Amino acid sequence: MSLDPAALGDLTPSDPNRRQGILARYHLDLPLLVGLLLLSVYGLVVLYSASGEDIAQVERQALRFLLAFGIMIGVAQIRPDQLMRWSPWLYLVGTVLLVLVLVIGDIGKGAQRWLDLGVIRFQPSEMVKLAVPMMLAWYFHDKPLPPNWRHLGVAVALMVLPVLLIAKQPDLGTSLLVASAGIFVLFLAGISWRLIGGLIAAAAAAAPIAWHFMREYQKQRVLTFLDPEKDPLGAGYHIIQSKIAIGSGGLWGKGWLNGTQSQLDFLPERHTDFIFAVLAEELGLVGVSVLLALYLFVILRGLYIATRAQDTYGRLLAGSLTLVFFVYLLVNVGMVSGLLPVVGVPLPLISYGGTSLVTLMAGFGMLMSIHTHRKLLPR
Amino acid sequence: MQIKDHIREEQAFLGRAVVAGLLVILALLALGVRLFQLQVVQHDHFTTLSKDNRVKLRPLPPTRGLIYDRNGKLLAQNRPAYSLELVPEQVADVEETLQRLSQYIQIDDDDRERFARLRRRKRRFDSVPIRVNLTAEEAARFAVVRHLFPGVDIKAQLLRHYPFGNATSHLLGYVGRISTRDLATIDTSNYAGTSHIGKTGLEKSYEAVLHGVVGVQQVEVNSVGRVVRVLEQTPPEPGQDLHLHLDIDLQRIALEALGDYNGAVVAIDPRNGGILALASKPGYDPNLFVEGISRRDYKALQENHDRPLYDRALRGQYPPGSTIKPFIGLAGLETGTIRYDTTYYCPGYFQLPGHEHKYRDWKKSGHGTVDLDIAITQSCDVFYYKLAHNMGIDAMSSYLANFGFGRRTGVDLVGESRGILPSREWKRHTKHQPWYPGETVIAGIGQGYFLATPLQLAAATAAIANGGHLLQPHLVDYLQTRGSQERIPIPPHDEPIPIVSEADWDDVRRAMEHVVEGKRGTARRIRTPAYRIAGKTGTAQVFTVGQEEEYEEEKVAHRYRDHALFIAYAPVEDPQIAVAVVVENGGHGGSTAAPVARKVMDAWLLPRLYGPQKEKTLEPAGENPPASREIHP
Repeated sequence: MSLDPAALGDLTPSDPNRRQGILARYHLDLPLLVGLLLLSVYGLVVLYSASGEDIAQVERQALRFLLAFGIMIGVAQIRPDQLMRWSPWLYLVGTVLLVLVLVIGDIGKGAQRWLDLGVIRFQPSEMVKLAVPMMLAWYFHDKPLPPNWRHLGVAVALMVLPVLLIAKQPDLGTSLLVASAGIFVLFLAGISWRLIGGLIAAAAAAAPIAWHFMREYQKQRVLTFLDPEKDPLGAGYHIIQSKIAIGSGGLWGKGWLNGTQSQLDFLPERHTDFIFAVLAEELGLVGVSVLLALYLFVILRGLYIATRAQDTYGRLLAGSLTLVFFVYLLVNVGMVSGLLPVVGVPLPLISYGGTSLVTLMAGFGMLMSIHTHRKLLPR
Repeated sequence: MQIKDHIREEQAFLGRAVVAGLLVILALLALGVRLFQLQVVQHDHFTTLSKDNRVKLRPLPPTRGLIYDRNGKLLAQNRPAYSLELVPEQVADVEETLQRLSQYIQIDDDDRERFARLRRRKRRFDSVPIRVNLTAEEAARFAVVRHLFPGVDIKAQLLRHYPFGNATSHLLGYVGRISTRDLATIDTSNYAGTSHIGKTGLEKSYEAVLHGVVGVQQVEVNSVGRVVRVLEQTPPEPGQDLHLHLDIDLQRIALEALGDYNGAVVAIDPRNGGILALASKPGYDPNLFVEGISRRDYKALQENHDRPLYDRALRGQYPPGSTIKPFIGLAGLETGTIRYDTTYYCPGYFQLPGHEHKYRDWKKSGHGTVDLDIAITQSCDVFYYKLAHNMGIDAMSSYLANFGFGRRTGVDLVGESRGILPSREWKRHTKHQPWYPGETVIAGIGQGYFLATPLQLAAATAAIANGGHLLQPHLVDYLQTRGSQERIPIPPHDEPIPIVSEADWDDVRRAMEHVVEGKRGTARRIRTPAYRIAGKTGTAQVFTVGQEEEYEEEKVAHRYRDHALFIAYAPVEDPQIAVAVVVENGGHGGSTAAPVARKVMDAWLLPRLYGPQKEKTLEPAGENPPASREIHP
């Protein structure tokens, strides 16, 4: 796919167009908006089937979409320089809250992730998903790039602290996403390929050490991933059933609402983490291709927005957020199709649930803000 | 401090963004390849797995055939019942589950014990009952918490029930849970889904007919195995119903007639061999066995001195005693050993030539000059000692074999005893000893090695009554498939007895008639004006009396008292029923066994001869003046 601006429907305030007036006024990016809306609608259609035709569940999710789109639009109104100024504070607050979670947080599903604020329960780790790339982008915005070793060291430290705090909860999926957000900032900041190669080698070498520090259930997940047949009725059951669902879907699928694996409960977590398998079973490779194409469109649009950003902060933040969105997709589909170990990462915009949705849409709001609030600088 | 070079940084960023974009595309392609591999390349494989997941073949067990008596009264029925069952293979911790279950549904020690026992014997993935016969309330209580107990469910099934309980225990037998031992003898695919199988009695011997043919259902199930819908099915063929010759009322009358005694009563229709009553007392409640009898109940049945589990009619082997006399008399006539007017002198004892040993007559003073008629009517032993001795064991036993002694009658029940027809051959074969002349002498009065079952006696009596047709006794008259009019009859099986002279048979029958109808007949007390009876009394020694001892009844403990026997048929001119009665420890055939036979014959014949209303006006048996002590059988 080319990155031709015309094809992606470039929109700049410097060239206001009457037709796009309302979008421009509210700092919205039409291609991104359309891509996200299409994904959301697709998600609701699949959710209707995955929930066992529970219209109430679909309505609840639709309400979350409304809320999330509202937040996106709200965030889009904030100017990038304001975002940048808030970045360190957001990071600081997020990190403090992470510490608080470990001390006084609620325990749900065997991990401390939630902070009960009386009215709402709140996951600080979600906030940190945004705060870490913002913080690193802020840190690099006035530094010469590619960063020198000292700046790199500080950035890595800024990234690793919240990652460790989240891993301690323990929440492998989120810490992975936060770490990838930071790594993408470093990558986009232009660290050398030799360093990247070295880091990958170091990560491979560190794997056995990480294994040592993993919790039992995390080790189990990895083992299960390596050989799901070993425990076909226990942990391996999820992966086996999800592969059966996907594989039996074939090219055209069994038809919407007709997936036997999904509708007869063989598929676990079918409306949340494993919703992709429902889609693949009922709508086949064709339906999957449509989904992946929509994702690709959103991701490429996001990367395009990053390249068109006017400053380092915008570039790094937009690029990182877009790539994190991709990581969601990659990890989830990889997990469901048996390529990656089972890690609790939802399929963005499709899986049932509101927490990550709000974070994602806030991120897209930032992308739109970066793209639409342009300083009239001479090029 | 380095200076930021905005242009260069923008260029560098663009490069990285393009690389990232390409990596994204590459990764998505990798996912695409993976999905192509799953959904296109391995599609067939996963389709099979998916189908295996959701489609299960479920056997549809056929409903078991019912059993009716000759008047259409239901003897074995299927009643709907709810039981709480558990599949051990689907439950992680069975003990813990039982513990939790007992909070909702009462599970007592008997239930636990039965559960443990049935669990050891069950087939794989069979469910094992925890509780049977749940009340509607219990079923409802469990339904609410069912989701907490995977692998446990309420099973609605048809459970066998025997409304007449004790009265039919031996002949119907019972069904019980299929055990691993049963599996060796059945076509397991036909029993998929069937939980019970006939264990004894008719339930066992007609198992193949009663069971039916299994059907199969293709069902779609969800992940926990619950059926969502039926895709396809072949309905089962229900088992055929059995219609018996047996009359349950007659059966009950026979049992009642035995009073407090243990014993057996067999009544056969001499025209077709159909068994009208096959009673063994005491019985047991076969319903106890259907859902697994508790160890305690079973032990009680086993250790009971009266041996209720023992089918006396079919397996009880008794010395026939004097009831053998008509048959041996007939043997004497037909072999030409004696003629009807041949007389022997009875001094009260018999001695083999050259032997000191006295074979005593029951009548110490002797019967004097005795012919066959008197020998049968008054049951003279000495006449028979001489007859047997003159005839010889070979001629005697080969003639008696015609009446089915010493071999199974071939009744449609399992576990029948052979009895013993003593012969040279038999003794050499089983005891590896030669035959002694004294053994012939006592065989002549149905003692010694001689053993017969009540069923054999009844079949032999019927053969005398019907003029030489040894009919295989059988319980089932015809089979019928429910909803169909077609009857599949079980034809009588006849082994004709070779007849030398019809007159010999008439002579013996006349003598038997005199036993009841004659002035000095040993069973004259059961005489009735309503119809004429032919019979023969008998006494089987349980306790051997020493050579010079006196048999003093009062001193012998009840269980060593002689067994009282009686065989009879009636009416004499057109025999419709042949009866054999054994009253254990009853003493004398004439006083205890004969009235039992009379009650049975009354119940059978009076309504048939005079219509149902006559039954009440005629005086019941047993009210005749008591026989004097003199007519010792």
